[in-house]
Amino acid sequence: MAKQTLPESQVGVVSYPREVAAARPWSLAALRRRLATWLEDERVLFVLLVAPTLLILVAFLAIPFFWGVWLSVSDKVVGRPGAFVGLQNFFTILDSSIFRRTVQNTFVYTGIATIFKLVLGMALALLLNRHFRFNRLLRASMLLPWIVPTVLSTLAWLWIFDATYSVLNWILREIGLARLLWQLGIAPSPRGFVWLGTPGLAMGSVIAVNVWRGFPFFAITLLAGLQTIDPELHEAAEIDGAGGWARFWYITLPLLRPILTVVLLFSIIVTFADFQLVYVLTRGGPHNSTHLFATLAYQVGVISGKLGQGAAISLFMFPVLLLAVILQLRYIRRET
Amino acid sequence: MAVRQRGWKKFFGFYLPLLGFTVFTLFPFYWMFITSIKPDQHLYNLRISPFWTTRPTLEHYQFLFQRTLFGHWLLNTLLVAVVSTAISLFCGILAGYALARLRFRWAGTLGTAIFITYLVPQTLLFIPLTGVVDFFHLLDTPWALIFTYPTFLIPFCTWLLMGYFKAIPRELEEYARIDGATRLQAMRKIVLPVAIPGILSAGIFAFTLSWNEFLYALVFLSSPQTKTIPVGVVSELMRGDVLFWGPLMAGALLGSVPVALIYSFFVEHYVAGLTGAVKG
Repeated sequence: MAKQTLPESQVGVVSYPREVAAARPWSLAALRRRLATWLEDERVLFVLLVAPTLLILVAFLAIPFFWGVWLSVSDKVVGRPGAFVGLQNFFTILDSSIFRRTVQNTFVYTGIATIFKLVLGMALALLLNRHFRFNRLLRASMLLPWIVPTVLSTLAWLWIFDATYSVLNWILREIGLARLLWQLGIAPSPRGFVWLGTPGLAMGSVIAVNVWRGFPFFAITLLAGLQTIDPELHEAAEIDGAGGWARFWYITLPLLRPILTVVLLFSIIVTFADFQLVYVLTRGGPHNSTHLFATLAYQVGVISGKLGQGAAISLFMFPVLLLAVILQLRYIRRET
Repeated sequence: MAVRQRGWKKFFGFYLPLLGFTVFTLFPFYWMFITSIKPDQHLYNLRISPFWTTRPTLEHYQFLFQRTLFGHWLLNTLLVAVVSTAISLFCGILAGYALARLRFRWAGTLGTAIFITYLVPQTLLFIPLTGVVDFFHLLDTPWALIFTYPTFLIPFCTWLLMGYFKAIPRELEEYARIDGATRLQAMRKIVLPVAIPGILSAGIFAFTLSWNEFLYALVFLSSPQTKTIPVGVVSELMRGDVLFWGPLMAGALLGSVPVALIYSFFVEHYVAGLTGAVKG
């Protein structure tokens, strides 16, 4: 709409007649009138409306980002000002075997967990897309792992994986599998596994919990996508003799691709930068076999107080995250 | 998909997988619950079946409220979640409206920038952010969280509400303006009421996100009585080598119930927020 299409007398608060305002140019009424006119300017209003958002994002996002870049090239530790040390921190980190292990862990964790979340999420979405009793109830309760506080539900998993009282081991013992696995040399004792105390198994357990928490998100968003697909497409294909698998591959999957890509990239970002699961379940152990970038950064930057090195470890995530964000942006732009 | 299947095929292809998903998804919650009501002598007895208890007790809940600061943590979490959600909704409504409706040279750039901040994980910036929060003398106060949670809530609210505002016909506003309303009046009286479902979705989603946040609360808060539930339960109840699983599970369950309740009342809004947040 063009600016100032209204007669001036109608702009703003009509209860302040012109004469009054003109007689006392600095009266409250005149100021309010002036403000009202001013607010009709789209540019002024725009700046005013986005100002609170910008203020918060600059203070607590942009400034910390640049402060983090500075920290990463300084030798700052808690309680002492830091000095510029160039790329020293990055070299120290790259030299450490713990960090190299962390890089490997993070990619394994993100890769495997994402594949499982995608497959299970898709399967559940396809199941929930059918008509059956209690569909709505089931759909709602399936999202529970995703909505409750992650650390709290992870505590339940910590208890499920307990070294002595693990319910998984209890089941294995009851059905006689624990003894068999022990005799085959797979389990370390007839009492079952030490889920979180064995390097490979610990990573597997952490991934399982991540999948448990994340796959409902895939399922619900993919279900929303499935519901937009016209059933007539499937009926037509069925008449043409296409089987269930062919219809999934040539109709469902291509039509789901937009939402699938967005969800996938979103999930990769979150999984890659994960912290809570590992912090509660293993704190990065045993022998650093489950450390991720974020838990290592916490360990070095907060627990050991080496802020410079901690900030540098966090920043190592930046290139991968940036790539994911750029892909996401390009994809959304193309869609809209 | 109206595929008709009968008998065993439907059982193995449909009901069994569905049952598997249900057990996998809900078992940890059942486990939390049953652990929280078992007396200790049953909890740590390997000879009896762990799946139910013959002597349910509320002693762990009693312990939680009488011997720990759980009540404080509950109030802190509520305060932080409510205030940070209110701030984020306020900022998100204004910014979302501006980006969806007003013509401005950098509107597109700003929209993109806000979308990017939406994708910044907390783990990227928590160390330098601690320095910034310390600079404002906010460490170990609820304000540390109230001011920092909006960094991930506002982008989400803005992005979600932009979609709702764009869907409202411009004509509605223009009629109001012809009748003499100012832009702000038109926004408050015409656009906002129509966008209420979107505002509700954004608010519910933002509330649960801030209720669930862990890392910032872990790093910014140090004294036991200022903590939120996730941090309080994990750091204060997990001291030493011996863990008291009864109170731990009672705390985990009670900390999950408020979000689960809100969610169950507003499932459709929540899912709209979820899918809206992804689609943008």
